[in-house]
Amino acid sequence: MTQPVIDIKDVSIGFDGKSGETLHVLRNVDMSVSEGESLGIVGESGSGKSTLALAAMGYLKRGLRLLDGSVSFRGEDMFSRSGPELEKIRGGELALIPQNSGQSLTPTLRIGAQIIEALRLHSSVPPAEYSTKAIELLSQVRLPEPEAILSRFPHELSGGQQQRVAIAMALAGEPHTLLLDEPTTGLDVTTQAHILELLRDIARERSMAMVYVSHDLGAIARVCDRVMVMYAGEVVLDGTTRQVLKAPVHPYARGLLASIPRLADRQLPVALDGRPPAPGGVGVGCSFADRCALSEDRCRAERPELTTLPTGEQVRCYFADRALELSLRGSGVEPAVVRADGEAALSLNTLSISYQQPGLLDRVFGRDAAIVATVDDIQISVARGETLGLVGESGSGKSTILKSVAGLLPPVGGTITVAGGTPLAPMVERRSADHLRRVQLIFQNPDDSLNPRHTVAEILSQPLKLYFGLSGEALERRSAEILDRVRLGAHYLDRLPSQLSGGEKQRVAIARAFAADPDLVLCDEVTSALDVSVQAAVLDLLNELKETQGTTYVFVSHDLAVVKALSDRVAVLYQGRLCEIGPSEQVYSAPSHPYSEVLLGAVLEPDPDVAPVLAADDVVESSPPAAGCPFQRRCPRKIGAICDTDMPPWQETNNGHAIRCHHTIATLTQLQEEDARA
Amino acid sequence: MTLTTADRKYTMFSPVLTVLRDVLARPSGAIGLTLVTAHLVLALISPLIVPYDFKATNSSMMLTGPDMAHWLGTDHMGRDVFTRVLLGGREALLVTGIATPIAVTWGGFMGIFFGLAGGRIDEVMMRIVDAFLSLPWILKMLVLIVTFGTGVEVLIPTLAFFYGIPVIRIARAATHDVIARDFVSAARARGHGRMTIIWRELLPNVLDTLMVEGAMRWSWMLLAFSSLSFLGFGVSPPTPDWGLMIADARGFMSFAPWGVLGPVVALSSLIIGINLTADALAKALGIDRAQKAPV
Repeated sequence: MTQPVIDIKDVSIGFDGKSGETLHVLRNVDMSVSEGESLGIVGESGSGKSTLALAAMGYLKRGLRLLDGSVSFRGEDMFSRSGPELEKIRGGELALIPQNSGQSLTPTLRIGAQIIEALRLHSSVPPAEYSTKAIELLSQVRLPEPEAILSRFPHELSGGQQQRVAIAMALAGEPHTLLLDEPTTGLDVTTQAHILELLRDIARERSMAMVYVSHDLGAIARVCDRVMVMYAGEVVLDGTTRQVLKAPVHPYARGLLASIPRLADRQLPVALDGRPPAPGGVGVGCSFADRCALSEDRCRAERPELTTLPTGEQVRCYFADRALELSLRGSGVEPAVVRADGEAALSLNTLSISYQQPGLLDRVFGRDAAIVATVDDIQISVARGETLGLVGESGSGKSTILKSVAGLLPPVGGTITVAGGTPLAPMVERRSADHLRRVQLIFQNPDDSLNPRHTVAEILSQPLKLYFGLSGEALERRSAEILDRVRLGAHYLDRLPSQLSGGEKQRVAIARAFAADPDLVLCDEVTSALDVSVQAAVLDLLNELKETQGTTYVFVSHDLAVVKALSDRVAVLYQGRLCEIGPSEQVYSAPSHPYSEVLLGAVLEPDPDVAPVLAADDVVESSPPAAGCPFQRRCPRKIGAICDTDMPPWQETNNGHAIRCHHTIATLTQLQEEDARA
Repeated sequence: MTLTTADRKYTMFSPVLTVLRDVLARPSGAIGLTLVTAHLVLALISPLIVPYDFKATNSSMMLTGPDMAHWLGTDHMGRDVFTRVLLGGREALLVTGIATPIAVTWGGFMGIFFGLAGGRIDEVMMRIVDAFLSLPWILKMLVLIVTFGTGVEVLIPTLAFFYGIPVIRIARAATHDVIARDFVSAARARGHGRMTIIWRELLPNVLDTLMVEGAMRWSWMLLAFSSLSFLGFGVSPPTPDWGLMIADARGFMSFAPWGVLGPVVALSSLIIGINLTADALAKALGIDRAQKAPV
């Protein structure tokens, strides 16, 4: 084995708590990466993975202190170097690619100027060759028309393109080592898959060392040779990607894997109970003991050391041999289907929504018609007790449709009808009290959807007072009942949102929606802001509520596996137009609409043996085409001019599964079978 | 159910106590709050502890320097400066103490309302606010005082009106930050009325900003009140007032500086105290973003 490029030995990092005690963020962490090796660091939020990656650069966030240990890069200590020395290394030999590069690019400078700055500071390229080198870098990150991109501003690029520019800038200094902090989080699935392939190829070509920080095991499986699992600031498992993802020997790693919904399963994932300890909250024993199925007295009394197994992986557990008995599969709980025939709980009739309003000049000259609606021609009906999943990339209009059903965004055409056949008023202010109560919306991020100044009691009292006029004893009793139903106790009533964990906050948000005793619950990416183990618990809760309350859900998510875990039927949207709709089993299997095929192909499974199937093109479009099939510009199975001019017809396969494509079902089946064979 | 009244009380008062503790833990907060408290206490009890009668003139003791009998010397009419400095803040604190809450309340409500209403109302009203802000404050105030007279009954509404206008801007900006958040959409989607949304969703989140803004406005208002007195439009003699005292004594500043020094130190210590407290309060409430916790 070669000399490690980054060598972190026994590092502990902490900060001073309010009462002066030292709270640990990292505890005795060892990490080494050799040339050409790619190391993944996984863990849930708060596990210290980002702190560790930044410490490898000799950088600590404000307030953090290096308590113990050493960090060396290419044999030299990082924390004893001077500022100018560090500046030379960072961005040069050691480059960082941050999570949201849209925010790390300067908005007022053209892309060319920013890449040239990186070249000037960190490379030996002579000034005369800066622009040729910049174009070369941009083509290496597979950006189309690199010359044109040089003169663009960051906001003119899509998220994926911005991330590619950030990678190009990192490569400008000919780095030996790349640090990547969640580089694909927040990107669409297709874009993410393409970026990961790019990173893999670049690292291989240049035999760079890579440290890849992510909560996403699917991404780690694609790019890493070795994986370190972090929990509560310590390494609990370190092994090859195959060892860690196929047969992990630490109970936490197994729990984490089991909590990820899989495309292949029609079972709900298993939730990990409890929550990780806060900094300083770890006792004398194993940090995972409280949530572990295998824990015994010894685990709570004495902290296990990181031990090397005969198979090569390092694990911090006394019962590594027994951990293999813990299941990695789903919970065995199938999503509840309470479908009752009869009238629809929700129907959308030729719904169209537009964010653009005709301006004064347009109205004067009668140009209203020129505007292409953001969401158009949506025809969906959801049976009572059914869960409809809406999937699509960002900009597909899935959240827009929910907002419109909730009355926050009036449609420009079509109607929204709930059970009983009465159409809903377009704006929420015009709706009857009964309609308001029956339709409830749950938002993506509970940090944003719960008023930080209200206690849980006040949050729950709002729908209860408004819809049922409850007060006093009755109000308190009902609030406690509802909290109980989302598996939180009555003692949560007096807490403020800031005193709850992410999963608990989302439960309160769910409780608030169910306090109205709704018929229809609209779920807008409700698990996207949560850690996977918490996500599993929330999915389980939603499933249970559906079973007991007979609620109808419209479930929006960009994560196809999450949608599959919960939905009876799935609708695929592209650019605000429906492409495919049908029972989820059938939508997730061939034949599919070419767009569904691209989406499903790009899904990353936490399994190093399953490679995504990538379409040739991952350019994100910002607006729908004025005529023809919405997917015409990216379609891998495009026929020709007809796709550009005519809206494709709906074709039904069987059982209410319909695809909107110019190809016949038979052709699609044949094409997809051929590809599967190849 | 194990809810007791004691639990409820704890959550209601603990945020206030936490913020207070946080303010006092910062040097600026501790110094500022001590200064402000000292001024308030002195303003309350000064009539009981002053050594002399504030209007007792003494023609044989004009402009004498500080000594054991007169700690801050005497003024041009032989009155004890220390006595007058002790009493000189009462009027200012009373007027501004009433005018500040009025200014913050009306400005805050208008700001939240315009922020929520948006559209044309907001656009028109904000241009009017801009027009008011572009005029020098002293000009606006003198026009009203000259028209309606100088008494407390004119000064309080005048100060409250003009100092409420910048509060509108601040409250509107804070409202815009809050309005974009999902809990406001959630309240709308549930079907709550506009007043409920202002009162329950927006106000609690804008209150922090308003409190800090209120403290800043208070110190500005004190300065304005003293300036008006200095110009002869505030408190009428012989009532002692810092602004008036500075105006009276400035002619003798070269040979009897104590006459100016006393009220100047008193006025500036109060204003500095308020500003330091506002600063610490902003940091304790997390409005000052640079001071957030590291993790």
